Amino acid sequence: MRVDIFWSALPSYLSGCGTTLLLLLLALVCGLLLSVPLAVLRASDNLWLSRPVWLYTYVIRGTPLLVQLFILYFGLAQFAPLRESMLWPLFSSPWFCAGLAFALNTTAYTTEIFAGSLRSIAVGEIEAAKSLGMSSLTLYRRVLLPDALRRALPAYSNEVVFMLHATSLAGTVTLFDLTAAARAINADTYRPFEAFGLAALLYLLLTFALVGLFRSAERRWLRHLQPRSAA
Amino acid sequence: MLHGYFPALLGGAVATIQIALSSLVIAMGFGLLGAAAKLSRWRALNRLAQLYTTLIRGLPELVLLLFLFYGGQLVVNQIATAAGLGYIDIDPFVAGVSTIGFIYGAYLTETFRGAIQSIPRGQIEAAYAFGMRPLQVFFHVTWPQMVRLALPGFANNWLVMIKATALVSLIGLDDLMNRAGLAASAVHEPFTFYVAVGAIYLGITTISMLLLRALEQRYSVGVRRLQT
Repeated sequence: MRVDIFWSALPSYLSGCGTTLLLLLLALVCGLLLSVPLAVLRASDNLWLSRPVWLYTYVIRGTPLLVQLFILYFGLAQFAPLRESMLWPLFSSPWFCAGLAFALNTTAYTTEIFAGSLRSIAVGEIEAAKSLGMSSLTLYRRVLLPDALRRALPAYSNEVVFMLHATSLAGTVTLFDLTAAARAINADTYRPFEAFGLAALLYLLLTFALVGLFRSAERRWLRHLQPRSAA
Repeated sequence: MLHGYFPALLGGAVATIQIALSSLVIAMGFGLLGAAAKLSRWRALNRLAQLYTTLIRGLPELVLLLFLFYGGQLVVNQIATAAGLGYIDIDPFVAGVSTIGFIYGAYLTETFRGAIQSIPRGQIEAAYAFGMRPLQVFFHVTWPQMVRLALPGFANNWLVMIKATALVSLIGLDDLMNRAGLAASAVHEPFTFYVAVGAIYLGITTISMLLLRALEQRYSVGVRRLQT
């Protein structure tokens, strides 16, 4: 074990961490924005609305993220019209492709989590809201979504941790994330235990930080579901 | 459409299934050991199993795969040099399968532990009262019920694990992903081949889901469900 490697390599690990966190944030924000409306469609009784969303989540959840990433980054270059179009600067950028792949992936999983949570809402709450004369928009805004989203928190926190770990694939499309930093240091020093060990430590810290963040979010928004303390 | 590479891809799919099934066997071994350790009376074993599941579930698979692949290579060769043997190349199949097995063993540990804990304690006490030995209790009482209780979690882990096998191409294993990459660069049609890989994976996960659902029904015979 050589500690001096850690110090000289620390800047490159920190910049890798930055890339990892930025990708995670990008994916999660897009994922949240997309998955709330998709979950409403997915939980709908109308098959014309729910089936297309089902197909999307089925295909994404049934294939490896690495394949999805490679289709976007390496695959799309096969089409000459796209290569010559105005969109090409976007689709030839590893940042855009990785962000898009991660966002589409987490959207699929998050949609299923939210839809499951929406479906499990007590019928009485919906009946009560309707008997008060709420329109369906108000029903979703005031009753269904606030309740479903907060009850989805524990499952969603798992998805966020999975997504943090999934960003380790970014290095396969030339991005310099935390895992790519570790691979570079390993290639330079041929000391795999130090190189990957430090990356592992940083991933653990990030994981625990995220878990802690969600714990406090659950304490705040799920207080009414927690067992009452004796005091 | 696949320029004659279909047989090659099919061979890759077979390799991927072999990798997944071999990893599953190892993962089940680690999962059972982990669950036994977590439920053991010995504090040291509890702690060790807790460390195992926390560490593994807190880390990306790719980092663990690279850590164990490159690290293992180093250790094996240091031992080999000390023993006077030449340079040994770790077989990527062995490295990949044992790493994926080790990782998913941690997830299965939790699945198995939960399943064992939901078997009523009285049944196990009754089995001992009949004079069964520990192994008999395991095979006649714990196992059949554990399978039923663990199947949903097990199915989930298997589906995640199948998809994780795509990573072994990154340490040079000749799997489906690897073959698609070679074919794609030979004929310059990456989209065609990666979409084909996606379709094959989707086929594998779909068939697994159907089989596991049938198995769940088989093991739930005799469980009464609320009619809705």
